[in-house]
Amino acid sequence: MSYIRKVPNTWWLQRKPYFLFIVRELTSVAVAGYCGFLLYLMYALSKGPDEYSAAIGLITSPASYTLHMIGLLLVLYHTITWFNVTPKVLVFHLGEEKVPAVIIAGAHYAGWLATSALVAWLLLGTGTSV
Amino acid sequence: MAKTIELEIFRYRPEEESEPTLQSYEVPFNEEWVVLDAINYIKDEIDGTISHRWSCRMGVCGSCGMMINRVPRLTCAAFLKEYYPRKIRVEPLDGFPVERDLVTDMDMFVSKLTDVSPWIIRNEGEEKPVEEGTYLQSPGELAEYKQYSMCINCMLCYAACPVFALDTNFLGPAAIALGQRYNMDSRDQGRDQRQEVIASHDGVWHCTFVGECSAVCPKDVDPAGAIQRAKLSSTADYFKDLLMPWGKRK
Repeated sequence: MSYIRKVPNTWWLQRKPYFLFIVRELTSVAVAGYCGFLLYLMYALSKGPDEYSAAIGLITSPASYTLHMIGLLLVLYHTITWFNVTPKVLVFHLGEEKVPAVIIAGAHYAGWLATSALVAWLLLGTGTSV
Repeated sequence: MAKTIELEIFRYRPEEESEPTLQSYEVPFNEEWVVLDAINYIKDEIDGTISHRWSCRMGVCGSCGMMINRVPRLTCAAFLKEYYPRKIRVEPLDGFPVERDLVTDMDMFVSKLTDVSPWIIRNEGEEKPVEEGTYLQSPGELAEYKQYSMCINCMLCYAACPVFALDTNFLGPAAIALGQRYNMDSRDQGRDQRQEVIASHDGVWHCTFVGECSAVCPKDVDPAGAIQRAKLSSTADYFKDLLMPWGKRK
């Protein structure tokens, strides 16, 4: 008679890679949450200047800064861990040689940097303030 | 005094006990010994009742995989000196039913392997007669799948996979990598047939990309990569079917 071992609910605490995996999965909650928040801002904007000003007032509170900093860390962790595994999914060959993983992941980081620079230029370079 | 190291071995003797226990053994510490040597020493010199599987002692046969301090490893490739002076706990591979001591029941794994039809499938009428010789392949075509063909069926990837531990219906890393091995073989035409199993809910879509299967693989097969690539091509299939229902899959 074979013995079947039960998996404890704390399996993800037993080894560091499992813990980091769960953290990566949970950071998606922060990503989804922030998307919801941006949608709310657009909704407020559609309601007119008063509603939008009130929403902006909420953002500039100390609690909001703290939440944004925590959110930024979680989203950074999410992005970096996913970018680092992109070479596993995207496999390209140049002739018979496989394109090195660092180039595939590097292209993602470069795209990220370029997009961030564009957003920064749109927000700061054109003199528009939030 | 000669150095020794403690091994804590998972014991389960179904005729004697209903729950497994851990039994400690003190074995000589030898720089050149791997964990398998220590288990064999216990079996030969201390306690002949221990059951474990092993064969080649050189990382080829894939039969001596066990959990060493909770990490799935080939016991023939794990040196005692990596752990000394800490004690070493040896348990049967996670996720599989235990038959006795360190021996697991691997029927489930073998049936998953056959589920992906791991052989070259040709379309009806497109099989080359033997007298016409073999199907030729360029080095580049070989390189496409060679990595996935290095699997030794040691099951370490299954033992490392929490998804499989929580739901054994999951097709699992090695079986999907093996399916990919044939899907990416230029001589094969059986991808559509394999997709029914590989692209099912219990196939690639059950994987949450923990990635530990690739981390523990002793042959660098990278089953996690194989699964993600299969997800990508399955998604491409879906959109092709949706946008071009008249088109034929490649």
